[in-house]
Amino acid sequence: MPPIFILWMGGFIVPKGAVMSADEIRRAIVRIAHEIVEQNEGVSDLMLVGMRTRGVPLAERLATAIREFEGETIGVGALDISLYRDDLSTRGTNVEVRPSEMPQDVADKKLVLVDDVLYTGRSIRAALDALIDYGRPERIQLAVLVDRGHRELPIRADFVGKNIPTAKDDDVLVQLEESDGQDQVIVTERRD
Amino acid sequence: MVKNASSPRTTRVAPSSQKRPAQLTERRAKTEGRSNAADISAERLSPDATWQRRHLLDLDDFSAAELVVVLDTAGAMKEVLARDVPRVPALRGKTIVTLFYEASTRTRASFELAGKVLGADVINVSAAGSSVQKGEALLDTIRTIQAIGADVCILRHHSSGAPYLAARESSFRVVNAGDGGHAHPTQALLDAYTLRSQLGDLRGRKIVIVGDIAHSRVARSNMWSLTALGAEVVLCGPPTLLPPGLNDAAPDAEERDLPPVRVEHDLDIAIEDADAVMALRLQRERQSGGLLPSLREYARLYQVNGERMAKAKPDAPVLHPGPINEGVEISTEVAHGSRSVVEEQVANGVAVRMAVLYLLLRGEQP
Amino acid sequence: MNKLLIRGGRVLDPAQGVDEGADVLIVDGQVAAIGGDLDVANTEVIDANGLVVSPGFVDIHTHLRDPGQEYKETIATGTEAAARGGFTTVCCMPNTEPAIDTRATVEYVLRTAMSGHVRVLPIGCVSRGREGHELAELADLADAGCVAFSDDGSPVADGALLRHAMEFASISGLKVIDHCEDLAISDGGVMHEGWVSTRLGLRGQSAAAEETAVARDIAVAAEAGLPLHLAHISTRASTDLVRAAKQRGLPVTAEVTPHHLTLTHNVVAFGENGNRDNDTLLYDTNTKVNPPLRSADDVAACVEALREGVIDAIATDHAPHADYEKACEFDEAAFGISGLETAFGLCMTLVHSGALELPTLIERLTAGPVRALGLQRSVPNLGSLVEGAHGDVVLLDPAAEWTVEPERFASKGKNTPLACRTLKGKIVATLYNGKVVWSEERVEV
Repeated sequence: MPPIFILWMGGFIVPKGAVMSADEIRRAIVRIAHEIVEQNEGVSDLMLVGMRTRGVPLAERLATAIREFEGETIGVGALDISLYRDDLSTRGTNVEVRPSEMPQDVADKKLVLVDDVLYTGRSIRAALDALIDYGRPERIQLAVLVDRGHRELPIRADFVGKNIPTAKDDDVLVQLEESDGQDQVIVTERRD
Repeated sequence: MVKNASSPRTTRVAPSSQKRPAQLTERRAKTEGRSNAADISAERLSPDATWQRRHLLDLDDFSAAELVVVLDTAGAMKEVLARDVPRVPALRGKTIVTLFYEASTRTRASFELAGKVLGADVINVSAAGSSVQKGEALLDTIRTIQAIGADVCILRHHSSGAPYLAARESSFRVVNAGDGGHAHPTQALLDAYTLRSQLGDLRGRKIVIVGDIAHSRVARSNMWSLTALGAEVVLCGPPTLLPPGLNDAAPDAEERDLPPVRVEHDLDIAIEDADAVMALRLQRERQSGGLLPSLREYARLYQVNGERMAKAKPDAPVLHPGPINEGVEISTEVAHGSRSVVEEQVANGVAVRMAVLYLLLRGEQP
Repeated sequence: MNKLLIRGGRVLDPAQGVDEGADVLIVDGQVAAIGGDLDVANTEVIDANGLVVSPGFVDIHTHLRDPGQEYKETIATGTEAAARGGFTTVCCMPNTEPAIDTRATVEYVLRTAMSGHVRVLPIGCVSRGREGHELAELADLADAGCVAFSDDGSPVADGALLRHAMEFASISGLKVIDHCEDLAISDGGVMHEGWVSTRLGLRGQSAAAEETAVARDIAVAAEAGLPLHLAHISTRASTDLVRAAKQRGLPVTAEVTPHHLTLTHNVVAFGENGNRDNDTLLYDTNTKVNPPLRSADDVAACVEALREGVIDAIATDHAPHADYEKACEFDEAAFGISGLETAFGLCMTLVHSGALELPTLIERLTAGPVRALGLQRSVPNLGSLVEGAHGDVVLLDPAAEWTVEPERFASKGKNTPLACRTLKGKIVATLYNGKVVWSEERVEV
């Protein structure tokens, strides 16, 4: 892929190239789906919760994959963590709040929280607070498509599509068919 | 913007595009921006749509897109309110002061609940029982509230413009919870929310506001927001209760900076094919003030009743800002009938006020 | 002998029909001559080259607030403000505390004004305590030095009392001035009733409140066959009524304020173009005045009536207030504008726009007000530079620009809606009885 230079807030974003192709994403999802079922010894009381925005289609894909090899449909929720964030002031005013949707009561469920990228862990911390406000699940696990490191909180993922070492200034951009028209993960580098 | 300008008794009130005085040109540009904004999809905002306001004083300069941000955010807040434990930490550490110079049960309770659900600390200051009653000037009270470190002040005041004074003279944010006969923006927002949940897109919808328009801050704010959202607004009431300055024949009609609304004195004509009807509360002192012969006469001419609602569109919702004088502005059958959405309005009020508080206080340095 | 020569200016004295390049010679505080070749031996000289030399302005409607409301203004600060505004005579309204309804209060005002900067002519009350019930002792007030009678601030609501006041005042050859407002119609309104009051949700005061009072007053004056002066008229219909009355030959006179000639009700909400942050509605309490600022059509009618002479005089209705009386809710704010120091500059916008000729403006600030109240009976040759007149002279620069800075007003009242506005036309120097009572630094004596 030829490098594209995009003017962004006075600097440049330099794509370093795709680090996950559509095929790799597909395979990672199938693998994680298997791992979730294996780890939880089946699908009973299992519920997936996608974090808005890109965690939601990922959770739905995982549910579809599980249905294909387990033959059972599991619930998928959507979680908006805007009201739980600790970084509202630094994210500025460009935060859209959307409703969370929980298909079932979370009490005594085995929840798998699904997000696209695991980075500092702060979003996950907010998501845990949000989930617990819905009730007392039996356990909460975490599935992410990409773990890029640089954790600021003691949080780790139970299921990881791919570990991608990055610099702190890099951006990891996950694009999904549902929201972006194509599946790929790219890493971009910011230069001033 | 206004269709069906058919009745001969109808006055059309719309800003003209000619001969604008220089000092209004800039404001006009905003008004025109509003109608353009109404053409963009009001259903879904682009992800980078922003909402950056310091205060909520009125809706007079809100674009459709901005209104939709509030209404969509309110939708998210409704989900929070539906939970078993409706409490989120979004405004943890923020201090909200409600300062009410007029008695109010529902508006104040609604704001207080909204603040608490979002995790903020809420302090109530009312005119009765505080130094306000001892003749303390508004500005002194404002400075005191500033000194205790309020992040936002919810102000209700009997004088039009008081929240503007508070906003100019303080460092905290101000939400107008009703000022004199001027504006009541959160009421208009909850009305818009309720109407959108009933009717969907409001573009081209005919909404009739009936009653004491002249003294109604609710009607004033609704005129701005509903026309910005593309609705056709018809004001209906006796000439004694309609605000001055709407006369097209006035020499300065050209320069008016008022929302494009129609005036119709005959409710039976106004209500024809209405998509929604909003009745306003009639203050009983209007009779002693000589503006009405009697409540009976008013009810005969302007009560929203079953017979009149039959002329509106089927299932057209009936709104009222409350509290209702049953049998005066609305008949009992309509007030408690299937078309009444009055209780829904109250419930939506909390969600809308949560959205307003959240949008004003997010992104603020702690 | 103390001689002072004002040299090289354009002398404008409408009372004598003078408008020519000439020198003015003042000897011992009185005008000695106007002309070209004046004796300049042993004479101080003021260079008025490029300036207009006019009789000192006469304000027939000033609130000096003294006695009783010295926190708003005193005779000292008010007369200093007058001097800065080019006014060498002010007629002070009696709505003080106590009201000017007794000889003692008149004497207090006159005694205090002896050390003021300009001439003060008191106006006495029509009714005791301005309560509108019983007549004040008008003849005694006249003897003490009152030049007219008014309950200004309030109308003389009782038409019979108004007539009796006019009749009683005529004994002393003085006039009654009425503040024209039908209180039942104005009904607590805080601004002009119109689209702006609707926009702001403020209680409006309809034009008819003034017009019905004007019509009543004219009818009462006509029946009594006595003169009457109408304070601060502000609507088109009022000007029409006065015009018709004058055409019938009735002895009715009228005044208008600088703000009613130049500002509309729009400024209450939106301010002056460009000078302020117009992002939100202003609710500018400094625009709150009674009668209220009217529509553009009313303003145009007032200007036209002034130009025609239907309106005889410009009067400031200088109404100073303390800051806290304006730094409050619009409904609570006091009515009034501190107007002495901006009057000329504001009126000059009419000259620069071509709506009014400069000599007409000067006439309405000098000879017009003197004629309206008949002040020449109290002060001979007032408002003119005729030989023998008091040496009350004002030097004007019609083209000089300046910015209104209320904090630099001599008046205690900083309440003006013109803050930060640039005005074109300023007072360069003011002479009262031949002495410079105010001047810009560039005038050398």
